[in-house]
Amino acid sequence: MSDSRPLPHVTVDELDLAAELAGDTNATATAAVAEYALWLGDDALILSQQLGGWIARAPELEEDVALGNIALDLLGHARSLLHYAGTADGRSEDDLAYFRDEPEFRSAWLFEQPNGDFAQTIARQLAASAYMFELYSALRASKDATLAAVAEKALKEVDYHRDHAVQWTLRLAGGTDESRRRMIRAVRDVWPYVDELFRDEPLIGELDGIAVRPSTLREGFDTVIDAVFTEAELEIPDVRASSGGGRRGSHFPTMGHLLAEMQVLARQHPGASW
Amino acid sequence: MVSTENAPETWPLWEVFVRASRGMSHVHAGSLHAPDAELAVRNARDLYTRRGEGTSIWVVPADAITTSDPDAKGSFFESPAGKNYRHAVYYTASEGVPHL
Repeated sequence: MSDSRPLPHVTVDELDLAAELAGDTNATATAAVAEYALWLGDDALILSQQLGGWIARAPELEEDVALGNIALDLLGHARSLLHYAGTADGRSEDDLAYFRDEPEFRSAWLFEQPNGDFAQTIARQLAASAYMFELYSALRASKDATLAAVAEKALKEVDYHRDHAVQWTLRLAGGTDESRRRMIRAVRDVWPYVDELFRDEPLIGELDGIAVRPSTLREGFDTVIDAVFTEAELEIPDVRASSGGGRRGSHFPTMGHLLAEMQVLARQHPGASW
Repeated sequence: MVSTENAPETWPLWEVFVRASRGMSHVHAGSLHAPDAELAVRNARDLYTRRGEGTSIWVVPADAITTSDPDAKGSFFESPAGKNYRHAVYYTASEGVPHL
């Protein structure tokens, strides 16, 4: 039998990148909304860049593709959010990604944690995707139509990211002695940076009904993590929360190198296209 | 750090079948490695359905498939040409039956 339906082909020349941005691309953000969009956009951008580090280095080719797909989903969220943030002062998504310095970024420290071994990447993915799932679920009800549209589009993708992280957490924790030892260590290394995600910074007070109050997401996050950890026979590690400070432009030591790698090409060849 | 100690065993091979749309058959799309069936379905989703091809995925352990003997093609796959009595070509297909 033959399938006569033509497969959709994508060629970069014809692709209208602007058409893939979620929400009304003509909407203009206020300064406060732009700052909030930077929080979320930078979280997605930094995590995407980190996951890109696994390309050609994952344990198996299939996992290479899986992590690459997740990274590209996150890049899509970052594009929409940074584009929207840039409308407040006339900067483009590329201006924001490539031409801001470290103190101007707003990502939380969880996303800046190094890839480490595969278990550490999975522990970071579990915390990140469980948080993002709760966040985007709630953000769909935002009074800001653009943020609501971004959340609506991102939620299905983040749902899959969470499933991927849960599946691997269960397998690593329940696999060999070696994989279990590494998973336990990974959770312990990552967990100090979970707390920062749920802190209500002063900005949230200015965005009632627009932003999601981070502290309200904690319960849903804990419920999911408790269920996964129970099945994986893992415990929430008894670790002190890190100071964090990403929302105010203070970052984890990994950030400098990460930004250098991400920005070097655009800064050496401004305006280049290929 | 990516550990290179203890050269890893390769995951088992799975054959992937994807159904493009309702009413069609599952068609062999390719193969992949995965540690178990659940992850094989997820890997298949990433590898074979990201351009919107699929509505359903089957994965089968590659070693569960019994194949015909490639050396036996002479008799096993003898052409039915010249044996028109074997073919149902003398019927008119009913209208409205797609994919026949």
